[in-house]
Amino acid sequence: MSDLKSALPGARFDGFATVEETGLRGMVTLRGDLSSKVLAKAVKAAVGAGMPQSGQVSRGDKGLVAWMSPDELLLVVAHDLAGDIVVALNDALKGEHALAVNVSDARAVFRIAGDHAAEVLAKLAPVDLSDAAFPPGSFRRTRLAQIPAAFWRNEDGSFELVCFRSVADYAFGILSKSAMKGSRVGVL
Amino acid sequence: MLTLQCPYCGVWAEETELHAEGEAHLKRFGPGSDDADFESYLFMRENPKGVHFERWRHSHGCGKFFHAARCTMTLKVFGTYPAQTLEPPQDIKDRISETYPGWTWRNFK
Ligand SMILES: [Zn+2]
Repeated sequence: MSDLKSALPGARFDGFATVEETGLRGMVTLRGDLSSKVLAKAVKAAVGAGMPQSGQVSRGDKGLVAWMSPDELLLVVAHDLAGDIVVALNDALKGEHALAVNVSDARAVFRIAGDHAAEVLAKLAPVDLSDAAFPPGSFRRTRLAQIPAAFWRNEDGSFELVCFRSVADYAFGILSKSAMKGSRVGVL
Repeated sequence: MLTLQCPYCGVWAEETELHAEGEAHLKRFGPGSDDADFESYLFMRENPKGVHFERWRHSHGCGKFFHAARCTMTLKVFGTYPAQTLEPPQDIKDRISETYPGWTWRNFK
C-alpha cells in the first residue's frame, strides 16, 4: 500500500483565527441532472444526504454534499470511501447522463476556525461573510486572492476550504497572512 | 466595480469572480458560409455608448456562461439572463426602455 500524504501534512497557523490543513479527504465530483430522482437516490445511498439547495451543503452520516453548479455536486467523505462511492455511483447511474470522478488527490482542504474566522476569508474572497449572509450550511465557489477555491461553513462557525492541491502552499500562505494577529479589520 | 447576478446559481458576483466573454447573441457563420458573413462573425462588433448586451462567464463560481444587459456609459445593469436564448427577455427590454426610450441594438429594440 502506498504511503498517502496530503498536500501540507500538519500545516497549522495560529493567529486571530486558526488555519490548519485537515489531511486527506475523499472527494467525488458528480455531474448530471440534479432534478433526476435516480441521481438523488444514488447520492443518498452514497453519503446519506439529501440533495443540497443552490449555495448550500447537505449532510449525511458519511459526509456532505455541496452544490457546485446547476449540474454538478461535490461529495466530501472520508478519504478511503471515495473509490467505492465512485463504483457505487456508476452502478446506480447506469443509463443516466451522468459522470462520477474521484478527485480526492487533486485537492487540499483547510479549516479556518475561531471567533473571527470569517474575517480571514473575507479579506481574500469577494463574498459577504456576515453571519446573516453566510450562516452554517452555506457553500460558495469563488476566488481566493488569485486562485479558485470553494468553502462552506460548519455548524460550529468554522469554515472548511477546498482548493487545488497544486496551489495548497499558496492557499496556506495567504490564509495565514490574512489571519495574522493584529490584522483584524474588525467588521465581522 | 460591476456586480452581476449569475442567473444559474443566484450569486451576486463582483467583477473579479467573472470573466467577460465579449458580445452576446452572435450568430455563428462556420464552414460553407460566404466571406462577408464569416468576416462579420469573426470581427465585426458593436461598440455602443449606452445599451449593450454582453456574454459573461461565472468563471470562479459555477462556471456557466450567461448574458447581461447594461449601459456602457453609466454601468447601470438592466438584468442578466441564461445563455440559452436568442433574444433578451421582454422584462429586461422593458427595463431598458424605462431608462432609454426608443433604444436599439443590432436588430433588438
Ligand atoms: Zn454562477
